[in-house]
Amino acid sequence: MVIAAALLAGACDLRRSAVLDPKGPIALAERDLLFDAFFVMMLVVVPVIVLTLAFAWRYRASNTKAAYAPKWAESLRLDAFVWLVPAVIVIAVAVLVWRSTHKLDPYRPIDAAVPPLEVQVVAQDWKWLFIYPDQGIAVVNQLAFPSGRPVSLRITSDTVMNSFYVPQLAGQIYAMAGMQTRLQLLADQPGKFVGRNSMYSGGGFSDQFFEVLSLGPADFDVWVAKARQAPAKLDAPTYTALTAKSRLHPITYYSAVEPRLFDSIIAKYTHAHHAPAAGTPVGAAPRR
Amino acid sequence: MFGRLTIEALPLYSAIAAGGAAVTVGGALLVAIVITWLGAWRYLWTDWLTSVDHKRIGVMYIVLALIMLLRGFVDAIMMRAQQAMALNSGGYLPPEHFDQIFSSHGTIMIFFMAMPFMTGLINIIVPLQIGTRDVAFPFLNSLSLWLTASGAGLVMLSLVIGKFSTAGWTGYPPYSGVEANPGVGVDYWIWAILISGVGSTLSGINFIVTILKRRAPGMTLMRMTPFVWTALCASVLMAFAFPALTVACGLLALDRTFGMHFFTNAHGGNMMNYPNLFWIWGHPEVYILILPAFGIFSEVVSTFSRKRLFGYESLVYATAAIAILSFTVWLHHFFTMGSSANVNAFFGITTMIIAVPTGVKVFNWLLTMYRGRIDFHPSMMWTIGFMVTFVIGGMTGVLLAIPSADFLMHNTTFLVAHFHNMIIPGVLFGYLAGYMYWFPKAFGFALDRKWGLASFWCWMIGFYLAFMPLYLLGFKGMPRRMEQYNDPSWQPYLMVAASGAFVVLLGIAAMVMQLYVSVRDRKKTADVTGDPFDGRTLEWATSSPPPAYNFAVLPEVRDREAFLDMKERGVERQRPAAYEDIHMPRNSMVGVAMGAFAFAFGFAMIWHIWWLAAACGLAMWVAMIARSSDDDAEFRISAAEVKQIEDARFRALGSQAGRRA
Amino acid sequence: MSAAVTAHESEAAATHEQRAFGFWLYLMGDAVIFALLFATYVIMVKNTAGGPGGKDLFDLRNAGIETALLLVSSTTFGLASLCSKTGNRGAVLAWLLVTFVLGAGFVFLELREFAGMIRIGAGPDRSGFLSAFFTLVGTHGLHVSVGLTWILILCGQVMLKGLSVPVTSRLFRLGLFWHFLDIAWVGIFSIVYLPGLL
Repeated sequence: MVIAAALLAGACDLRRSAVLDPKGPIALAERDLLFDAFFVMMLVVVPVIVLTLAFAWRYRASNTKAAYAPKWAESLRLDAFVWLVPAVIVIAVAVLVWRSTHKLDPYRPIDAAVPPLEVQVVAQDWKWLFIYPDQGIAVVNQLAFPSGRPVSLRITSDTVMNSFYVPQLAGQIYAMAGMQTRLQLLADQPGKFVGRNSMYSGGGFSDQFFEVLSLGPADFDVWVAKARQAPAKLDAPTYTALTAKSRLHPITYYSAVEPRLFDSIIAKYTHAHHAPAAGTPVGAAPRR
Repeated sequence: MFGRLTIEALPLYSAIAAGGAAVTVGGALLVAIVITWLGAWRYLWTDWLTSVDHKRIGVMYIVLALIMLLRGFVDAIMMRAQQAMALNSGGYLPPEHFDQIFSSHGTIMIFFMAMPFMTGLINIIVPLQIGTRDVAFPFLNSLSLWLTASGAGLVMLSLVIGKFSTAGWTGYPPYSGVEANPGVGVDYWIWAILISGVGSTLSGINFIVTILKRRAPGMTLMRMTPFVWTALCASVLMAFAFPALTVACGLLALDRTFGMHFFTNAHGGNMMNYPNLFWIWGHPEVYILILPAFGIFSEVVSTFSRKRLFGYESLVYATAAIAILSFTVWLHHFFTMGSSANVNAFFGITTMIIAVPTGVKVFNWLLTMYRGRIDFHPSMMWTIGFMVTFVIGGMTGVLLAIPSADFLMHNTTFLVAHFHNMIIPGVLFGYLAGYMYWFPKAFGFALDRKWGLASFWCWMIGFYLAFMPLYLLGFKGMPRRMEQYNDPSWQPYLMVAASGAFVVLLGIAAMVMQLYVSVRDRKKTADVTGDPFDGRTLEWATSSPPPAYNFAVLPEVRDREAFLDMKERGVERQRPAAYEDIHMPRNSMVGVAMGAFAFAFGFAMIWHIWWLAAACGLAMWVAMIARSSDDDAEFRISAAEVKQIEDARFRALGSQAGRRA
Repeated sequence: MSAAVTAHESEAAATHEQRAFGFWLYLMGDAVIFALLFATYVIMVKNTAGGPGGKDLFDLRNAGIETALLLVSSTTFGLASLCSKTGNRGAVLAWLLVTFVLGAGFVFLELREFAGMIRIGAGPDRSGFLSAFFTLVGTHGLHVSVGLTWILILCGQVMLKGLSVPVTSRLFRLGLFWHFLDIAWVGIFSIVYLPGLL
């Protein structure tokens, strides 16, 4: 009884868990992929478990009534079966993989009527900086955007390798110094989510999470206006001070940002004479 | 004079770390005292440490593996306890300590538990199963053992002097680089792995030559046992994958020690090269560990189902296919690094293709049980437990192999649960099955069944309790390696997981009890026949434990189940008219000496004590030259001595047969 | 008696065959190391971090002489192997010493090149490119140096023990090693030096 209650409570709890309860089309598609593959795999998993237990019971040594064929060790038909059935399943999943990997490529912009909101993301020890180039603002440990509008992220790191992870909206991608990776996300409804670094990066790793705010369009404008009134400005010295190691850094707004700060953070690690013209991606990124 | 080594290297920064150091030092002292008290140093030195006998080397590998299993498990239970407690609080471990623990847990379990366990089992059994007297290069075998042991020694030493790495068992730069981690921790990790890695490469070469060149007359490739086949494939992987690890760790060491820029953030470094190099070794490594376990399951399922193995040829081809494919999937460990969709999809699909031969194997074991007469010996229980559990891990592996789904689950506890779901049932259960199956062969008496079954059930239940919650926590987006967290809904799962770790602890306690009870009752369970399980393969054709030369006369092989075939023809006890002299390799202290020099060399490189490094490097070089110039490394067992040993065996067999009848 | 001798000889032949096979496997593992170092070099060749590149540093004449020395040394080693088959101890020693001198010349030229680069601030810690260069070429140079000491040791063995079965067996494996280094160097010449200058 207690166990049943605990399981029920657990099931309700799990339904609300981040991965199983996505709030945007990208994460939803990724989760559905998990489900599809799960059900296909059950075609193998369930028979194997059932047959193992059934054979173990049926052919136990004490059951002398069961058939015994100590020399039987070959069957072309069964051989074909055991090779072909997994092969067919794998071909089915492989098709799924090929299609979904291209459709959900994190570099591919989300199809939508509205142009995406551009946000630049910088991983630091142990916090996240979000720069809004079009709005001219920046914020630490809070990522806000209007619901229903795609968000196009350019991600880099000003420290060791991190992984930018928002399980309910977009999955994750690595953040690496001197390089830029990309991720697209979209939230269907307003809401508040958790994002974090999922790749171990040192002592403050456990605290390296941030707030993700999906706001109604009007609320987003209010949010931008609020940021614009912040007293702090993210100029070069302020940025350098920000890169110092810190834990549980409070959400901080900057009403102005040094021009092309994001590019210069990347260029810091590549080399001066490779520094690009405005707007082009920088560095030996795995891909542009 | 002492590089960066100062008195501050002692672990007085926390009571728990100091306690760990005290236990390590105390344990070593206790062992030394017991040996002295028994007056066993000379025996230990001449009969074991300097031995080049593959059976003794194998036993020493497994002793090392079991000790390191205990150490690695202590790490595991400390982590589970920390995470069960650390909701909105620091738990009982500070981050810098917790981070060392997860790094050493992974490093130890892969390099110093699983690898030596596997190498030990191969060492003891493969020469017996192919009907030869020793491996191709007995001295090299001893050297491999001592290089592995000195790597393990460095990891243990890091408990006492300095700190271990906090960069995880994979050591990704730039975090493992000298800028983010200037201390000695990562260097401990690098040198432990580099030194033991050389040992593994040499073991691989040794077993390939042994298996391909030293089989008994009549043993064609397609008459080799499944365990020999899997050992061969694993050895090929060892010989050709470990160099990649050497390169990855070597370049990282060059970055750290000589200020180079292979993987640094700036100055033209390319950190993405490291995961590629590391996993070019790392994925084959999974199969290096798992293939021999598959071989053991094949032997066990056939012996204890009292039935010929189903689909032997399928199984051989599946093994070879897995070995080859294992080199083509490494990128699936970092789909999230930003490769193109084409690249990610390619590696996702190659990964799934490996599932086909793996699935074939599972079906073959199933069909071997079908119409068998199954004896639920602990080894068989490990096998059944493996089959039931492993398919779940295989399923979650396929989920993770879908790049887009991996974007959601990568780096979470789902991943942790997945690979433990492969490695614990797939690797450890296999080795434990092999341990309980071949123990009587190595020592001449059987392990207690009751305690073996108790151990199995605790491991099995403990495994599910410990790792199923981690799958679910992955769905909740919990990253791996969290020292603390603020989501209260995670805690109940982590508490269940911790309880699972404690059930596994009971399983380990049962294993210790099993060993104790079996040694105590060894007279009662003595195996005089050399064939306690009605075996099918050649290792059961000789006595338990086998004489130094294994077989007085090399057996003639006429069937895949060579020994069963002999028994059916009634020739298993046939004696030759006369015995011949047998040449065997002489024991050598060079292996253990070179291991000691390698240990000191690694220590010197870690602490930048350059004169010591140079001296030890030179000493290894001289020892190697001296050994390689030695033309007389063998001794002779005369025909009369052989006859004496064999006469004794057949007398015992005769009385046993009399009692049975 | 003669049966025992043949048995012993066939055992020795089997031992030699196993060692040769094992040594081949070792060389293939070593080839994996070189292959990965080559790959690392190729992906890092442009990462000069503002420092000098191959064009600024490499001297084709020097690399050409190094190549010639090593190729000729392979030939002279081959002659030593041939002489060992006819049991001509003096000739074996002479060719081995010629091989040694050529190999030592190679190592000398390489060290001089390295020293020159380090002197102008283009050491292995200057850039990713130079780290990869020094590591790849240096690993090869280290192999050659090991080969050189090995040649000396075998010269000593030939003098002291004569061309016994174990000694010729060792000579055979040293030959494999030496020719392997030749092949690796051809790779270095065509992947590092030639494209670096073109």
